Amino acid sequence: MKLRLATVWLTGCSGCHMSFLDLDEWLIELAALVEVVFSPIASDVKTYPEHVDVALVEGGVGTSDNLALIRQVRQHTRVLVAFGDCAITSNVPGLRNSHPGADTVLERAYLQLSDSSGCLPQAPGIVPELLEQVLPVQAVVPVDVYLPGCPPPAARIRAVLEALLRGETPVMEGAELIRFG
Amino acid sequence: MSVCTLTIDGQAVAAAAGTTVLQAAQQAGITIPTLCHLEGLSPVAACRLCLVEIAGSDRLQPACVTAVAEGQVVHSATPRLRDHRRTLIELLFTEGNHVCAVCVANGHCELQDLAVAVGMDHTRLPYRHPQRSVDLSHHRFGLDHNRCILCTRCVRVCDEVEGAHVWDVGWRGEHCRIVAGLNQPWGAVDACTDCGKCVMACPTGALFHKGDGAEEKHEEAWRLAVILRAHRAGTAP
Ligand code: SF4
Ligand code: SF4
Ligand code: SF4
Ligand code: FES
Repeated sequence: MKLRLATVWLTGCSGCHMSFLDLDEWLIELAALVEVVFSPIASDVKTYPEHVDVALVEGGVGTSDNLALIRQVRQHTRVLVAFGDCAITSNVPGLRNSHPGADTVLERAYLQLSDSSGCLPQAPGIVPELLEQVLPVQAVVPVDVYLPGCPPPAARIRAVLEALLRGETPVMEGAELIRFG
Repeated sequence: MSVCTLTIDGQAVAAAAGTTVLQAAQQAGITIPTLCHLEGLSPVAACRLCLVEIAGSDRLQPACVTAVAEGQVVHSATPRLRDHRRTLIELLFTEGNHVCAVCVANGHCELQDLAVAVGMDHTRLPYRHPQRSVDLSHHRFGLDHNRCILCTRCVRVCDEVEGAHVWDVGWRGEHCRIVAGLNQPWGAVDACTDCGKCVMACPTGALFHKGDGAEEKHEEAWRLAVILRAHRAGTAP
């Protein structure tokens, strides 16, 4: 049976997903082995499905939407992979965490740095609220595999997926597999 | 010169009396991780990464300041030590703001290398995200407190080798930080000779050349090693 694969995009720059696309022709081999059930780059599914085998989660948890989605992901996924530095350390989006609270950051970005027409984005139910801090995924739900890098190089992603496809838990050690940055 | 015989990780080692456990291990080809230590500067045992177990004592000892003794039995890589080292590295990462992706030292950073060495694929501790400043007042160099791990290598190299004593350590606990002069902007301290030795000694991206972008700081460890060796031999220019 094909492995049910999801990729998830939280508060990240999508660079991790771009690195996933750098798997180039191996993607064709991968496509034969997995069914992509949820992914911003490979499907148009809006609700996270049930019974997912492996989910690659890019980005930290920085908004109310991220929070709801990551809880669903955890509930319906067997192996949750924290995909890239933002998911693991909060990384670049987490730079805002040194400033007190979401309001400070929104005011800086949308009022202080704007021309005279600046206004705060407010559209309840449409634009998700910023959380006070961007949290690493493991601060919110348990993580099974950590796949660091900003972005993780394609070879590193492949090594992890190959182990998971064999039904093994990847052993993450050495600069090839775990160096941040 | 009297010689001590000891064992490190089961290996028999002979070392001159007065050498440290760290030096004895290095001479025997055994690697003990270090961060605050720099051969040629006085040891301060600030980082505790080099902790070892010595038979007969429950207390862990920093190898960089512990002298060898006759018959000493040293273990440098027990599971307990490995676990402590990983926790220490996690503490260093979580108490500062180490965003490797946007750091001048990315790929050339001793802290980053040590994280790999101890197997850190994530931290088990919460990040503190402190508010820290950057000092860009010097015309050639910058100091980013977000990345400083308080190893004091800059303090010692400036004092002991350059003789300028620009740096000191101010305050305590979470407020502890490196200060130039009497807590002045670095650029306002006349004693600084612009030699750049502190930048070379810094294991992270905390001290850097202005204009360096992400990944552009190189360790230049060999350059500094040459200077430190010449200094010890009394032949420094
Ligand atoms: S880890 Fe790097 S590449 Fe991936 S989302 Fe974050 S900033 Fe982008
Ligand atoms: S100094 Fe820079 S490269 Fe080193 S750990 Fe800190 S952020 Fe990462
Ligand atoms: S500035 Fe660099 S060398 Fe100086 S104490 Fe901080 S980390 Fe160490
Ligand atoms: S190297 Fe010994 S305590 Fe830092």
